[in-house]
Amino acid sequence: MNIHNYEKIWLMAAILLIVGFISTVTYGATAVGVDMISDDGGTVNASALDEDPRFSEPRVEQVGENEYEAYVIAQQFIFRPDPITVPANSTVTFFVTSPDVIHGFEIVGTNANAMVVPGQVTELTVEFNEPGEYGLLCHEYCGAGHHTMEGSVVVQPQDEFTQGGDE
Amino acid sequence: MMSEALETGTPSFMDRFPQEAAVVRASLISSFIALFLGAVFGLIQALHRTDVFRFLDSQYYYTVLTAHGVLMVVSFTIFFLVGVFTWATVRSLDRPLVDIRYTWAWYGLMAIGTLMAVVAILGGFIPSTDISADVLFTFYAPMQAHPLFYGGLAIFIIGTWLAGADYFRAWYAWKQEHPDERIPLQTFMVLTTMLMWYIATIGVAIAVVVFLLPWSLGLLDSVNPLLTRTLFWFWGHPVVYFWLMPAYLLWYTVLPSISGGRLFSDPLARVVFVLFLLLSTPVGIHHQYVDPGIAEGFKMIAMTNTMFLLLPSLLTAFTVVASMEHGARQRGGTGLFGWLRALPWRNPAFTGMALAGLMFAAGGFSGMVNAGMNINYLVHNTIWVPGHFHLTVGTAVALTFMAATYWLWPQVTNKPIFSRPIALAQVVLWFVGMALMSNAMHVMGLFGVPRRTAEPQYQGFDFVASFGSITELRMQLALGGTLLFLSTILFVSNIALSTGSPRMSGLGKPLSEPLSPAADSPKVLDNLTLWFGIAMVLVVLAYILPLASIITDSGIVDPGVRPVPMLVDAANGLGPISAVTDAASRVVAAVVGVVP
Ligand code: HEM
Ligand SMILES: [Cu+2]
Ligand SMILES: [Cu+2]
Repeated sequence: MNIHNYEKIWLMAAILLIVGFISTVTYGATAVGVDMISDDGGTVNASALDEDPRFSEPRVEQVGENEYEAYVIAQQFIFRPDPITVPANSTVTFFVTSPDVIHGFEIVGTNANAMVVPGQVTELTVEFNEPGEYGLLCHEYCGAGHHTMEGSVVVQPQDEFTQGGDE
Repeated sequence: MMSEALETGTPSFMDRFPQEAAVVRASLISSFIALFLGAVFGLIQALHRTDVFRFLDSQYYYTVLTAHGVLMVVSFTIFFLVGVFTWATVRSLDRPLVDIRYTWAWYGLMAIGTLMAVVAILGGFIPSTDISADVLFTFYAPMQAHPLFYGGLAIFIIGTWLAGADYFRAWYAWKQEHPDERIPLQTFMVLTTMLMWYIATIGVAIAVVVFLLPWSLGLLDSVNPLLTRTLFWFWGHPVVYFWLMPAYLLWYTVLPSISGGRLFSDPLARVVFVLFLLLSTPVGIHHQYVDPGIAEGFKMIAMTNTMFLLLPSLLTAFTVVASMEHGARQRGGTGLFGWLRALPWRNPAFTGMALAGLMFAAGGFSGMVNAGMNINYLVHNTIWVPGHFHLTVGTAVALTFMAATYWLWPQVTNKPIFSRPIALAQVVLWFVGMALMSNAMHVMGLFGVPRRTAEPQYQGFDFVASFGSITELRMQLALGGTLLFLSTILFVSNIALSTGSPRMSGLGKPLSEPLSPAADSPKVLDNLTLWFGIAMVLVVLAYILPLASIITDSGIVDPGVRPVPMLVDAANGLGPISAVTDAASRVVAAVVGVVP
C-alpha cells in the first residue's frame, strides 16, 4: 500500500497531537490533583432519604479545621438546604443525591459541575476562598418546572459563619 | 446545466434502477419532512429561550425540545442515511437489491416507528390525553414516557437493522458473481458503518426493550437509572458517527468528482472507515465524565479512546482537502492558495459541502475541549454543548446532506433542481445562520448558561459575561436561529418545486476513480469478520467492568427509584376519552412490544 509522503507527515502530526492531548489531561488528573467525580459517594435508597444518616437532614457540617461536608438533596424543583452556607477559606465536600429524577448541580461561574442520579451519591470537593454568593442551578432537564430550579451558595467571612442546616 | 446533462446523456440512477430509486426518494422525502418540522421547533426554541418571542407556556418548551431532538437526530439523519446507503450500495455494486419487497418492509417499519414516537411526543401538547413523552431525545429514566414512544423507537431501530441486512444481502449476491474482486469503496463504507451500528444499538436496544418499554407498561416496577443511562450512551456516542458516516461517504466519493478531480487514495478511505468501526463504541462513557457511580479509571479509558477517535477525522480532513486541491489543479488552478479560486463555487452542491467541511473543523476544535476531561467540567450541560453539535451534526452532517441532495435528487427523480441560484443562497444562508447561532451558544456556555432550559433567567443571580453582554448574545442566537429556519424553508421548497420540473433522461453523473485504487491496499482491509471481531472485543473490554460495577453497586433494577411519568396532572388528565385511548395505545404497545 503506497502512502503519499504528505499523508505520512500528516499522520505523524495527528498522532503527536493526540498523544499530547492525552498526556495533558492525564497530567491534570494525576499530578495537579484536579478532582474527578467518581463512584466514591456510594449509593443510597432513593425512596428512603429521610431515614438515611447522610440525607435525613440536608446540612453543612464541620469535619476538620477549615474542612466541611455538605449534604444536599436536589429534587423537583428545589435544592435543600437553600442557601447552602459555607465559610470562606474552606474546603467543602458536597454529597448530593435525588429522591426523584436525574438533576444537575452547577455552581455558576465555577467548574463545580456534576450530575445527580437517584440512587447514587455524587461527591465533589470545592475550595472556597473569597466571601461572596454564587448561583446554584439545575442544568439537567428534570420536568415541567426545570427552569425554576435554582438555589444559592453563600460564602460567609469566616468570623461571621454560623453553622447550621437550616432549610 | 440541463443541456450539458443531456449532451453527456449518462443514464441516471433512476434510468438504471427505477425500483431502488423509488426507495431512495421515499427515504429522502421522509427525511426532509422531519427536517422541516424539526426546524419549526428549532425556531420556537431559539425565540423562546432568548425571551424574544414566547407564545407557549414554558412547560411545553420541553415537548418542543423533545420533538426537535428526535426529529432531527433520529428521523432526519437516519432516513437520509438509508436513502444514501441504498443508492451507494446499488450504484457501486451495479446491481439491484435482492428483493425490493423486503426493502419496502424495512422502510415501512422505520416510518411506523417514527410515527408512533412522534404521536407520543406531540401528545404532550394535549393535556387531556395521558399520552406524552416529554423526556427529550435522551429519555433518561426514571422520567417515564408513554409506551408508544419506547415502542416506536424499538420498531424504528429494527427497521434500520433490516436495512443493514439488505445491504449485506446485496453484497453477498454480488460476491457470488464477482468472486475475486475487492469490495467496491462505497459498499465497503456502507457495510463497515452498518457493522458499527449493529454493535452500537445493542446498548439502546437493551435499555428500551428489556427495561424501559416493560417498565412503561407496568410490567417492571423500577429500573436502575444509572444503568439505563450508561446503556443509552453506549449507543449515544457511536450514533454520532452513524450520522457522520454518510457525510464522509459523500465527501470521499462524491465531492472529489464535483470538484473536478479524483479521490486521493482508496486504501486510506478504507482505513478510516475501519478505524471508525473499531473506535466509535468504546468511548460512550465520555458523556458521563461528571456522573456519580462510575470510577475515575473507566472515565480515563473512555477519554483515551476518544482522543484516538480524532485520528480518522484528521485523516479525512487531509484527504478531502487534498482531493479538492487535485480537482482545482485539474481545472487550471495554480499557486499555494490560488487553486482555491479554481473550485466550482457556483455549484451549490460543492459550496455546501465545502462550507460544511469548514464548520466541521471548528466543531472538531470545540469537540476536543469537550473531550478533555478536566475542561469538560466547565462546559458540561451548558449551552456550549448544543453550540458544538450544531456545528457537527447540525452543519457538517445536515448541510452536507442538503448540498448532496442538489446533486443526487435529479438522479433519483430524473428532474433537474428547480433553482440553482436559490440553492446556492440556501447553503450560504445556513452557514451564516449557524455561525451566529453556534457562536452565541459557545460563548454563553462559557458563562455557565445551561442548555435544555425554557427560561435561563434566574431569581437569585445573573450570568456575568466578560465580553459582550448576555442580551446581545441572546439576540445573536435568535437571529442565527431565524436565518437557519429561513434556509430550511428555501431548501424544502426548492426540492418540492423540483417535482414540477420536466422529466428527462440522461441526468446521470458518473463518479471519478481514486488516484490510488483499492488494488494498492492489503486484502485484509476487506476482511469484515476480522474487524467486526476486534470491534466487539474492544467494546467488551471498555464496558464489561463499568457495567458490572454499576450492577453490583445498585442492581439490575433499583427498587428505591420510582417512575416519574412526564404527565400533566393525572387527576385532570383521566377523562373518559383518554381512558379509552390509553387502553388502546397500551394494547398497541403491548402487541408491538412482543415483536422484538
Ligand atoms: C432550523 C435550524 C435549527 C435551529 C433554529 C435550532 C435551534 C436549537 C436550539 C436553540 C437548541 C437548544 C435548546 C436548549 O438546549 O434549550 C437546539 C437543540 C438541539 N438541536 Fe437544533 N436547531 C436547528 C437545527 C438542528 C439540526 C439540523 C440538528 C441535527 C441534525 C439539530 C439538533 C439538535 C439537538 C440534538 C438538540 C438538543 C436537544 C436536547 O437537548 O434534547 N438542530 N436546537
Ligand atoms: Cu432541572
Ligand atoms: Cu460523544
